[in-house]
Amino acid sequence: MKNTHIIGIVLIALAVMIIIITAGDASTYVTFTEAKKMSENGNNKKIHVVGQLTKDMTGRVTGINPSQDMLSVSFRMTDNEGKEQQVYYNEPMPPDLIKSEQVVVIGSFQEDVFIADKILLKCPSKYQEEEIAI
Amino acid sequence: MHYLVGNLGHLFIIISFISALIAAFSYYMSAQTEERGWKVNGRVAFAVHTAGVMGVVIFLYIIIYQNYFEYHYAWSHSSKYLPFYYKISAFWEGQEGSFLLWIFWHVIIGIFIIGSSRNWESPVMFVVSLVQAFLSSMILGVVLLGIKIGSSPFMLTREVIEAPVFQLNPDFIPEDGSGLNPLLQNYWMVIHPPTLFLGFATTIVPFAFAIAGLWKKKYTAWIKPVIPWSLFSAATLGLGIIMGAYWAYETLNFGGYWNWDPVENAIFVPWLVLIAAIHTLLIYKKNHTALRTSYILVIATFLLILYSTFLTRSGILGNASVHSFTDLGLSGQLLIYLIVFTFLSFLFLFRNWKYLPISDKEINAYSREFWIFIGAAVLCLSAFQIIIPTSIPVFNAILNNIGIASNMAPPADQVVFYTKIQLWFAFGIAILTAIGQYFWWRKMEKGKIFNEVALPLVITLGVSTLILILSGITQFPLLLLITASVFTMLTNMLTLMRLRKSRRNLSGGSIAHIGVALMILGIVYSSGMSRVISLNRSGMLYSSNFPDEINKENILLFQDQPKEMDNYRLTYNGKKIKIKGYKGYFRKNKFISALDPHYLVAKEDILDGNIIIIARGDTVEYNPENVYFEVEYKKPNGQVFYLYPRLQENPGMGNVVSPSIKKAAFRDIYTHVTVVAEDEKEWSETEEIEVPIGETFFVNDYVASLEKFERIHDIPGTELTENDVAVKGIVKINGSLKDYQLEPIYLIKDNFAGRLPAENAALGVRITIHSILPDKNSVVLGLNTSQKDYIILKAVEKPLINVLWLGTLILMIGFAMAIIRRSRDTAR
Repeated sequence: MKNTHIIGIVLIALAVMIIIITAGDASTYVTFTEAKKMSENGNNKKIHVVGQLTKDMTGRVTGINPSQDMLSVSFRMTDNEGKEQQVYYNEPMPPDLIKSEQVVVIGSFQEDVFIADKILLKCPSKYQEEEIAI
Repeated sequence: MHYLVGNLGHLFIIISFISALIAAFSYYMSAQTEERGWKVNGRVAFAVHTAGVMGVVIFLYIIIYQNYFEYHYAWSHSSKYLPFYYKISAFWEGQEGSFLLWIFWHVIIGIFIIGSSRNWESPVMFVVSLVQAFLSSMILGVVLLGIKIGSSPFMLTREVIEAPVFQLNPDFIPEDGSGLNPLLQNYWMVIHPPTLFLGFATTIVPFAFAIAGLWKKKYTAWIKPVIPWSLFSAATLGLGIIMGAYWAYETLNFGGYWNWDPVENAIFVPWLVLIAAIHTLLIYKKNHTALRTSYILVIATFLLILYSTFLTRSGILGNASVHSFTDLGLSGQLLIYLIVFTFLSFLFLFRNWKYLPISDKEINAYSREFWIFIGAAVLCLSAFQIIIPTSIPVFNAILNNIGIASNMAPPADQVVFYTKIQLWFAFGIAILTAIGQYFWWRKMEKGKIFNEVALPLVITLGVSTLILILSGITQFPLLLLITASVFTMLTNMLTLMRLRKSRRNLSGGSIAHIGVALMILGIVYSSGMSRVISLNRSGMLYSSNFPDEINKENILLFQDQPKEMDNYRLTYNGKKIKIKGYKGYFRKNKFISALDPHYLVAKEDILDGNIIIIARGDTVEYNPENVYFEVEYKKPNGQVFYLYPRLQENPGMGNVVSPSIKKAAFRDIYTHVTVVAEDEKEWSETEEIEVPIGETFFVNDYVASLEKFERIHDIPGTELTENDVAVKGIVKINGSLKDYQLEPIYLIKDNFAGRLPAENAALGVRITIHSILPDKNSVVLGLNTSQKDYIILKAVEKPLINVLWLGTLILMIGFAMAIIRRSRDTAR
């Protein structure tokens, strides 16, 4: 067997290993119900939940409470199954939070509150919903 | 309304798109037929394209610079008060502008190629022109057969935003723009994007040459001109990445320079592959092996650049990255762009694969090429390990499209996930760099290796043992990594010393590798040994609402009350502001607001030593978004330095916290606020007391005295006529550590009484003169109290982070030397 072949085989083996490790460490997108169940079962793995900010009858966002110093925020979010949940985020309120059309929170439950380590926002394309100051 | 500039701009975009297509076609014909006429055609078309692109750049810049807010690009990325240099960053803040920047660099590169590459011109410029056509189409902004192609930066605000005001008055022009994202208001954001995009843009040259080589069946001749270009590309791309990292370190408060965010990864991966490509190209040049690998890697670099463009701009990362992208609806176009070039490359490669000359030399484990090849392989594996998790959203999209539900998400803690694996790649790269350099310059024989390596190995073990004892690092992988980088540094230095005597111009490689070793060392040390010094030792929680991290690792400072932290005595001196045209920081309460919120009027003379720098009543300009918290650090030996962590309050964009860093040779002190007292204070109910002049009284539990009254004749910001009367009371308050003087003002103007209260944030006290009782020689004071001003801050010590920046610098010097040497080679 030639050296080249040995190198090739080793490379492929390592690549496969990398894929396996990635698959093992990958997080998942779940609903709040599943996330709650996971934390009750003692599984504190950080997960992603996708949803939207909770809106009232008139379509307005409700339940956003920035802390008084504006450096953290807690808000209500409805996941894709329609379950509502209180989320706490210990960073200043992300600029586009209110106008986001989709929110992804990454973190886990602490008791009854979902503590987000990170928030990802999907904002509407720029052709909608921008306000203009007059 | 300035319609002309926008219409011209749009016209020039269309011109540059069409001329790029014509140039591509002409160069294609020229490459196929070798007819001179087609080549001239191509050149003319490219010249028109160049003029078109320059026009677009100029018109877009005019719109931003002149504050034409009737244009959406200016309105959404700039504002009236934005300083000149940030207007430059506003230019490329949006997707359209950054595409334009990229197109601009390609034009410059095209001119270079036309001027220098003789018989390569036609096939290479075909590729460049085709890429230009695709890129111009991204900003085209025309609707063709019902399909919108590209997004033009010359859209009017009213075309983009459906606001009622435009229905009432279509000619309405917004008074001010919504401004540049406060995070991007940083000098690094002025130079980081152009550098990064120059790196992006230059990867096209090796790619275009590789394709040209396959097309014209000049399978090996393309390598020589490509080496200096690849080096230049790797240097600028690397520099761009590091600039971005440095910006993150200075501006973002996550405490580091690299966050393994998909957007960062997407650009790091092509760089790693490009570095691998450079190494295989050099192997080919030395002994004519690894040609196929070189082809694959050079082409892969360019395709990965396209892939990263797709990832970051199509919106597919929306659920995976902290960077929120405005989706311009270009994903289809971006995908076509990626697929066309992938297909084209594969086509050329497959057709020629069996004709590529291969050397029948067996790779020998004792040859220099062997170890460099392994090094390139490790770089590729490292890139592979990063791109796989980064692409999870893409896999999901593909799986969901073919009907398989997939809920896989990228690893939740990206930093931990990537670090634990990439650490080993870094180790491999460090070791192989050492060995590779060794083998590169001296022919190794079996038996002799030990003799050669023994000396540096012994020194390494000594040096790293010393480092370990001094630093106290205990994690085994970090120990290994430190040892490996020391070893790399030593072996490369030995090589350097040998080269100095004979062939000094060849030492670029060694210098670059020393740079890499230093960078690894700096990264390991600064992150492995970073230490939170602002531990909460008060034994109390600040608030049960705060997460543990804030309660444990942050320190609470009341204004003017010193507190011990680590080896320092910290004092928070209050809120400060910066004033345009003046150095340093000023207390905001020495000024009152002018009518325009961007201007202030000085209440008193402001001194620097004995010199008045701002006189009482002067109007100065400032940026009301920025508040700086002055924190005094006093060392045990009495040395003092000040840090100014910042809070940017941008009503449209939210608040942003930025750190302030004390940079020292061996360790940085990194400080940012986590919680601050709210700006709008809640005052207690007014307590009215009558105080005779000269008497003492209590306010908020402090002893205070009303010293005297003074008639004053002018109040900054208020016009006084001869009939008006104004007096100020002078109140002294004894704080626990220092005394304060408050000067509330009472005035009778136009027969109305006016009260100008005086406030002290450190004491949480406000005093108002309610009335003056001349017959009793006393006054009635209104007293209010509130929360004393405070901040909660976090401070982290990062040792030897400068080694990382120093390593970068040395790496760049190494690159520069190699570029010079290789381009001389090519010219010969």
